[in-house]
Formats: sequence, structure tokens, C-alpha cells
Amino acid sequence: MTVFEKPKALADVPLHYCPGCTHGIVHRLVAEVIDELGIEGKTIGIAPVGCSVMAYNYFNCDMIEAAHGRAPAVATGVKRADPSKVVFTYQGDGDLASIGTAETVHAAARNENITVIFINNAIYGMTGGQMAPTSLPGQVTQTSPYGRDVTQCGYPVKICEMLSQLEGPEYLERVTVNSVKAVRNAKKAIKKAFQNQLDGKGFSMVEVLSSCPTNWGMTPQQALKWIDDKMIPYYPLGVYKDRSAQKEEKA
Amino acid sequence: MAKLTFKTDSCKGCGLCVDACPKQVLVIAKDKINKKGHHPVEAARPENCIACAFCATMCPDCIITVEK
Repeated sequence: MTVFEKPKALADVPLHYCPGCTHGIVHRLVAEVIDELGIEGKTIGIAPVGCSVMAYNYFNCDMIEAAHGRAPAVATGVKRADPSKVVFTYQGDGDLASIGTAETVHAAARNENITVIFINNAIYGMTGGQMAPTSLPGQVTQTSPYGRDVTQCGYPVKICEMLSQLEGPEYLERVTVNSVKAVRNAKKAIKKAFQNQLDGKGFSMVEVLSSCPTNWGMTPQQALKWIDDKMIPYYPLGVYKDRSAQKEEKA
Repeated sequence: MAKLTFKTDSCKGCGLCVDACPKQVLVIAKDKINKKGHHPVEAARPENCIACAFCATMCPDCIITVEK
């Protein structure tokens, strides 16, 4: 009996990510959810710009590459053109929280019926580790060698908290993938985000706190611990909005 | 009995699976090098494996298949 094998929605090619980068885990979780919901034939993914720019090589469903930050806008177009398709975007923090903030906020405000997977690793990974809008106060990066100075650069953007103030979005949750338990929770959240779309409920976003061992200058093991020690206190995990659950509570 | 299969040439030797294993089955093989130039993971004590699939859950490159 097979206990665990590679999901069918994940292509059989080696991933280009650095050793220990948790992008691969999130790719696998998305593929597992696509398999379990049986939606591989009608899923369209939107790839971002960033480390995961080549996500279109890794998923066996149809994929579109969007301009930097514009994945939610492209997803809006695809979903409106053919509402029978399942449309998801897979974006990093430089893509979603910096260049594409406007697209993200407005797709959420319009409650577009799409699923957004948001990878937050507090740094610009692909370009070599520059400070991102999500870099923590005091975090040392290529462009903040003395640590992020909040008097000059401001404070990190908390996307889940920000979007939860809008009436629009259906479901917002922040998870991480730095332990087996956390990976299982993350899968539940991602599955719910896809199920919401199938049920026609609207904009669902899962923010995944992810590691970047190379640009943080750590071993993969230290990076997973850094998520626990530094990232989770600033970006608390949990469900930030779940409109259906709130309605049920009221009723 | 549990059986572990590795796609050794896709392994990047990050060691996340080694830490996740509750039975210390896996080690990074320091005396081997795969096609990518990394030290790959191998099962040093396969008889201890309980097929919990924790290693496969944490593997970023999805190289582990677990059967029992």
C-alpha cells in the first residue's frame, strides 16, 4: 500500500528552488489539493514573477504567466471569461505585497471568486535578498545591512490583517510550513480556499510563512526555527476572515 | 514492512527529512554525490521505519515515496 507519493498534478521535473526552500512543500500541497478535489482538468493557475516565476513548469494544469504583481488581475479576467474553471494564483511577497498590492486589494474588495496562494518569506528571493515590504524590523538584508530601520523604511505590511478590514474577501488565513503539523494545517487551509471557489463563495487567500535559507544566510533547519522565533510573533498565524463561518455563528 | 524509495538525483541534501523522522532512519550520505552535486539522503536504518511519511511531508522536492 502506498502511504505517500508525488501528487499527479505536480510535474515530474526537478524544482529549481534552493535546498531547503519551502516553496516546494507549498507546490506539493496545492497539487495534492487539486488531485483530491479532482479538478486537474479544469484548473488554470497564474504564475507570478519572483522565485516561483517558473511555477508553470511544475503544475500539470494549464498555467499563465502574469506581468509582475498582476496575477489577481489576470485571474479575474480568466475567471470572468469562463466561470466553470478553477483559477488560482501563486504569488510571493514581492509580487503580491509590493508591486501588486493594488491588484490584490481590489480583487479582494470585489470579492472575485479566485484562490490566492501567498508565499511570505520576508525578503526578495529571486533578485538576491533585498529588503521587501514584508521584511521584519531590524532584519538584515542586502539593502538594509544594518537591519531594517523603521524610521526610514516604515513597518512591514501585514496583508491578512489589511485585507480582513474589507467587506469583500470570503476567507483569509495565515499558516506556515515549518513542521509536519504546520504542513498539515496549511493543506487544510489551501483545500478550504479551493473548496470556497468551487462553492462560489468568493476571494480566498492563504498566506504561507515560508523560509528562504539562502538569502537569510542560514541552514534550512535554522531557517525553519527563525520562522517560529521571529516571523510568527510579528505575523501571527490564524484565520483572519471566514465569512461563511461568521454567518453560521450568527444564525 | 515499510519501504522508502528516493529519487536520489533530485535530492538537494537539505536534511529537512532527517530532522522530521521520529525514528532516525535517514541520514545525509556524506560519501556520495548525486547528479546535481549534492550529498543525497539515504535510509541508514530502514528496519526502524514506521511509514509515518513525516519525511515525505517535509521534503520540499517531493523525492520520497513511502509504502508499507
